Amino acid sequence: MNLTLKVWRQKNSDTPGKFVEYNADDISPDMSFLEMLDIVNEGLIKRGEDPIAFDHDCREGICGTCGMMINGVAHGPLGATTTCQLHMRHFKDGQVLTIEPWRARPFPVIRDLVVDRGAFDRVIQAGGFVSARTGGSPDGNAVPIPKPDADLAMDAAACIGCGACVAACKNASAMLFVAAKVSHLNILPQGKAEKDRRTLNMVRAMDEEGFGNCTVMGSCEAVCPKEISLDFISRMNRDYLGALWRSKQ
Amino acid sequence: MKFDAKIPSGPVAQKWSKHRNDIKLVNPANKRKFDVIVVGSGLAGASAAATLSELGYKVKCFCFQDSPRRAHSIAAQGGINAAKNYQNDGDSVYRLFYDTIKGGDFRSREANVYRLAEVSVNIIDQCVAQGVPFAREYSGYLANRSFGGAQVSRTFYARGQTGQQLLLGAYQALEKQIGAGGVKMYPRTEMLDLVLISGHAKGIVVRDLVTGEISSHAADAVVLATGGYGNVFFLSTNAKGCNVTAIWRAYKRGALMANPCFTQIHPTCIPVTGEHQSKLTLMSESLRNDGRVWVPKTAGDHRAPDEIPDEDRDYYLERKYPAYGNLAPRDISSRAAKEVCDEGRGVGPGGRGVYLDFRDAINRAGLNVIRERYGNLFEMYERITGEDAYRAPMRIYPASHYTMGGLWVDYNLMSNIPGLYVLGEANFSDHGANRLGASALMQGLADGYFVLPYTIGDYFATERPQKPSVDHPEFKAVEAEVAERTKKFLSIKGGRTVTEFHRELGKLMWDKCGMARNEAGLKDALEKIPALRQEFWEDVNVLGEGNELNQSLEYAGRVADFMEFGELLVNDALMRDESCGAHFREEHQTSDGEAKRDDEKFSYVAAWEYQGTDKSPILHKEDLVYDEVHLATRSYK
Repeated sequence: MNLTLKVWRQKNSDTPGKFVEYNADDISPDMSFLEMLDIVNEGLIKRGEDPIAFDHDCREGICGTCGMMINGVAHGPLGATTTCQLHMRHFKDGQVLTIEPWRARPFPVIRDLVVDRGAFDRVIQAGGFVSARTGGSPDGNAVPIPKPDADLAMDAAACIGCGACVAACKNASAMLFVAAKVSHLNILPQGKAEKDRRTLNMVRAMDEEGFGNCTVMGSCEAVCPKEISLDFISRMNRDYLGALWRSKQ
Repeated sequence: MKFDAKIPSGPVAQKWSKHRNDIKLVNPANKRKFDVIVVGSGLAGASAAATLSELGYKVKCFCFQDSPRRAHSIAAQGGINAAKNYQNDGDSVYRLFYDTIKGGDFRSREANVYRLAEVSVNIIDQCVAQGVPFAREYSGYLANRSFGGAQVSRTFYARGQTGQQLLLGAYQALEKQIGAGGVKMYPRTEMLDLVLISGHAKGIVVRDLVTGEISSHAADAVVLATGGYGNVFFLSTNAKGCNVTAIWRAYKRGALMANPCFTQIHPTCIPVTGEHQSKLTLMSESLRNDGRVWVPKTAGDHRAPDEIPDEDRDYYLERKYPAYGNLAPRDISSRAAKEVCDEGRGVGPGGRGVYLDFRDAINRAGLNVIRERYGNLFEMYERITGEDAYRAPMRIYPASHYTMGGLWVDYNLMSNIPGLYVLGEANFSDHGANRLGASALMQGLADGYFVLPYTIGDYFATERPQKPSVDHPEFKAVEAEVAERTKKFLSIKGGRTVTEFHRELGKLMWDKCGMARNEAGLKDALEKIPALRQEFWEDVNVLGEGNELNQSLEYAGRVADFMEFGELLVNDALMRDESCGAHFREEHQTSDGEAKRDDEKFSYVAAWEYQGTDKSPILHKEDLVYDEVHLATRSYK
């Protein structure tokens, strides 16, 4: 199949970017979206043009490195899928595809489709951990964890930190990402001791990074490759309110 | 060459506790005077960086990814072994030790493997304390599953994402230390060389992948936790960024490279669909419990699988290995698939695939049972291939996915270069000639949380190293070399892309030194690799500049190192004139196709010393001494 791509090209964070049109010819439906871009890049190099820069690594949907807006949708048209796991059979011959980087002020563009998601790491630094030093931990079975709690914590922990939630949100809110981490740790008994501190500090860090507010439209949940539920946002709001109230006491 | 594994004396079960009591300590106030560089942020690197920082050392951690959370440990699915014996099924530290030694086909070091089994129990405790959401029983206690090569249930797991959850545990501990100012993190920064001063590892030279700036970092010790080299085959289950560069640079500075030919091939991966293929995806081996493996009896039979009647099908595993059938061991299944495809009977595009058919299982047990057992795997298969494996058989083919070889280390995980430590998949130490499932995660975390934090103190207390300034002439000289190399890549402006060269090298390595190897093929590869390498340096085309984000330039550096490393791998495979574990020399097999070891001649670790790119490396041998276990023929029948 043959496709027309309109790709965002931007030399670096200081230079304005623009859309450039490319043809992607003889694309096999068995290719992944990134393999299609590989082919386009090989052609560009042969013609002496700079290849399109994009982030990717594991190419099996778990590392969270890849991500781009495909026709305005984070990670493209297929639900519960990262860009690397999206295959070309979901597109039609002759289709025009607009490909952009994540668009959010806290994720500045580094080059072309590559953005800086360092803000996520800094939010984790504010409290996305259990302060358990290595060594001296009690036996793994010392504290039983009810299976439903363990399963719910796992649902939240499945987040791969790709940033699609932020990119999909009209306010560039990071609530789904932060709520997933806060919930994962707050649900487990090991995370309870630092629950209030964690919630308050991570929400503060999120605001300081410039992520917008949540208006519960659910775009984040719709594009999340790991189908993280909006419920975690409600849960974090509840934890936040409780923590705020207790901190005022 | 001085070559001492420094294995403590005494019975194997007491070596580690004895050693911990014997080695010197650094007092808490002095720890902050020592700087440690950790390269890599996977399970081994992140756990080491976090733990060293908690102890008080000043740590700098480097990774080429945009965040330490992306390291390829994240992709491990199955689980992590630990000798907890929670199932009351007879497990013990000794059994985990023995299974690992046996699984490695008696080519690993006893003392290291015993220690690994010993600390495995602490790993689970540590991870639970960090909030890793392991699977639980309704009692609230930890759940286990069984895995290949073991007769007990000792594998802990978190859905199909155990690697991700363990890595997030280590990453969160690391981020906590970064936030507290104990670790300085350098993401999107690639180590391009190691700096030695008076024979000790004193720092690294790195390239900032965003700005292109080349700079030096000095320290009192350098820790490499940079993963495996499976991408030398181009197609593997490794992440695209996985590379050999850090350990190869260390090798070229004098570190010994051990057993590079021990590379593991996994039998159940989704096959290649065409030239565009960029990587391969693993499917859980558990599918072989209900799936039957077959190919058409005659080459060139292009009928759809459901139009081929049973009498025209060759269920070759059941035919050749009636006792084990479709559950024949990994290496045997992999080689058998290669054989039928070599005969022209492979299926699917390109003819490199075999059917894994669930028709009979569905007829016997019903669709719902099969869906319940393997639903997520069928879904993953459909996502990638667009095929419904409930209707038509899956197609599978073996792929490279783990490398047991790596830099040589002693019992303290220090290489032969003082002050250079190597952890996780990057070292050679624990898995011998073949790694058991669910043991890679265990080793990475054992090294980082529980071994290095003890042993590195001994080096500091004994040597009292002095951190040099990055203005030292050695740093300047290495920086200049790195800059020169970068310039060279950009100046060639040839006719072929880096990917084309990598693909050609990978195909050569896979054909001649993949699942099965023989003398003629290996010698042929030794002719072709230097020629390809020369062509690479004359005809590669790397566009753009050095002072910007330039992914082609990064890639060119990694492939250039694979071009050299591949030759060493083949040399090692040619030298090891026996079959053991994943290293299968066709000349050495039993009548039923099993690997035939030669303990008389090859019961040693092959550690290679660099002499120059176009010169033969020197082979050093570390004899493997077995006090605890008896060398036996590995049999799973």
